[in-house]
Amino acid sequence: MNIQMMLATARRVLEQLRHDHRSIALILAVPALLLTAVYYLFENEVLPPGAPRTFDRVGLMMLAIFPFVVMFLVTSITMLRERTSGTLERLLTTPIHKTDLLFGYGLAFSIMATLQSLVATAVAYWIFNLDIAGSPALVVMIAVINSVLGVALGLLCSAFARTEFQAVQFMPVVVVPQILLCGLFVARDQMNEVLESISNVLPLTFSVDALTEIAMNSEATGTMWNDAGIMVAIVLVVLVLASLTLRRRTS
Amino acid sequence: MSHSTVLPPKPSSEAVEVRKLAVSRGGHQVLDDLNFGIPAGRITGLLGPSGSGKTTLMRAIVGVQKINAGSVQVLGRPAGHPSLRHHIGYVTQAPSVYPDLSVEANVRYFGAMHRKNRNDTLEAIAAVGLEKQSRQKTADLSGGQLSRVSLACALVAKPHLLVLDEPTVGLDPVLRAELWERFRKMADAGTTLLVSSHVMEEASHCASLLLLREGRLLAQLTPAELSRRGSSQDLERAFLNLILKPSLAAGLTGAGSGAETSEVRP
Repeated sequence: MNIQMMLATARRVLEQLRHDHRSIALILAVPALLLTAVYYLFENEVLPPGAPRTFDRVGLMMLAIFPFVVMFLVTSITMLRERTSGTLERLLTTPIHKTDLLFGYGLAFSIMATLQSLVATAVAYWIFNLDIAGSPALVVMIAVINSVLGVALGLLCSAFARTEFQAVQFMPVVVVPQILLCGLFVARDQMNEVLESISNVLPLTFSVDALTEIAMNSEATGTMWNDAGIMVAIVLVVLVLASLTLRRRTS
Repeated sequence: MSHSTVLPPKPSSEAVEVRKLAVSRGGHQVLDDLNFGIPAGRITGLLGPSGSGKTTLMRAIVGVQKINAGSVQVLGRPAGHPSLRHHIGYVTQAPSVYPDLSVEANVRYFGAMHRKNRNDTLEAIAAVGLEKQSRQKTADLSGGQLSRVSLACALVAKPHLLVLDEPTVGLDPVLRAELWERFRKMADAGTTLLVSSHVMEEASHCASLLLLREGRLLAQLTPAELSRRGSSQDLERAFLNLILKPSLAAGLTGAGSGAETSEVRP
């Protein structure tokens, strides 16, 4: 691990992104726009007095799910381009360590993800009056961890795709099951046993769990920290797995 | 730093030693029983028809190619040894740079892998004559400029051994001459260069030539010897003569100025 090489990599990835104004706009604006759509979806719902709005539950989870999806896509395509353009092979003939490269990617995209979730969270709080007990800072934290999870899975999946077309196809495989089973559509304890046990080990489940804790409690709870810790551990394991897919010597 | 123990090879010694090298890819024997040395501080040309195994051989020397048998020693270490990554520059045939970055950002990034500073970056860009394009996005450059960016990304590291796969393809004659002049200066300063080419007239710029055909080393000789053995002043003609009559290549020895021509296989 070499901090300078990692920082140089993060800088390079951000510089590549800086030239791509359209992608920056998409990264920053799309989650906020989708959140707006979610708000108006539930605009006319009729609530018994005192019941929480659906938006306060679904909108909150969206804050964590959007950055996960966006960063997964952005990373898997960027890394695939690195693999197919020959720059990865070239880099691996230099002294850079594989983890410098991967953590450099992780750092660059988590900076983007932080900006993204700040915009989305601000919109949720200030425009749509998202009403939860806990602190918005914790929501942003979970969103950022989630986006780094997206980065890590994107880096790993890029190893199994030959083309950008294939890379995009990994989204239904890796991302959609996690969204279906994380508790957003059906509470996890109401799933059948098979689905619930799959749900128990999917990373996104932990972030939805953590967000629920934040929504219910004004202070950070032990369960929330526990969930966040598990997520970070999963991210590290996935990054290590991704580094195993980088080969300096090929046939 | 531990890697500083890899010293530039002394002139007249061998920077690369290949012994009984064999490589197969996809069940096909690409390189077969290669034995040769590459003299330090010289330009060695790697010549051969398309598909003769030039790129695979270069990859084996750089240490990114899995080999099936034999050994490749580079600067006194096995090819691919981590300490060598500080001292080898490799420029692939297709330019491997980031098209969405400026020229300077590309060179700076690869320089950062070798702890090089801004001056080194500017120097490498000047060496390939791209000062005016320095802030341009690489994607907007011409094909020839693109391959020079790729070259600058290797030059910035100031490697002891520079491996160049067809570096002059797509360059106009003026630029080609300038590049060969630069290579010569680098060799004079002690850098070992291995340059592949299919343009035979470029062979005259090399101190030593490796002629490769169908994965076997046809001969290792100097341009003057090539001319003599192939009975033509025109190196292209001489090369064709050698390829068509391999018996001419057999029995070549290190005559002429090439003290570096050692073990040669028919």
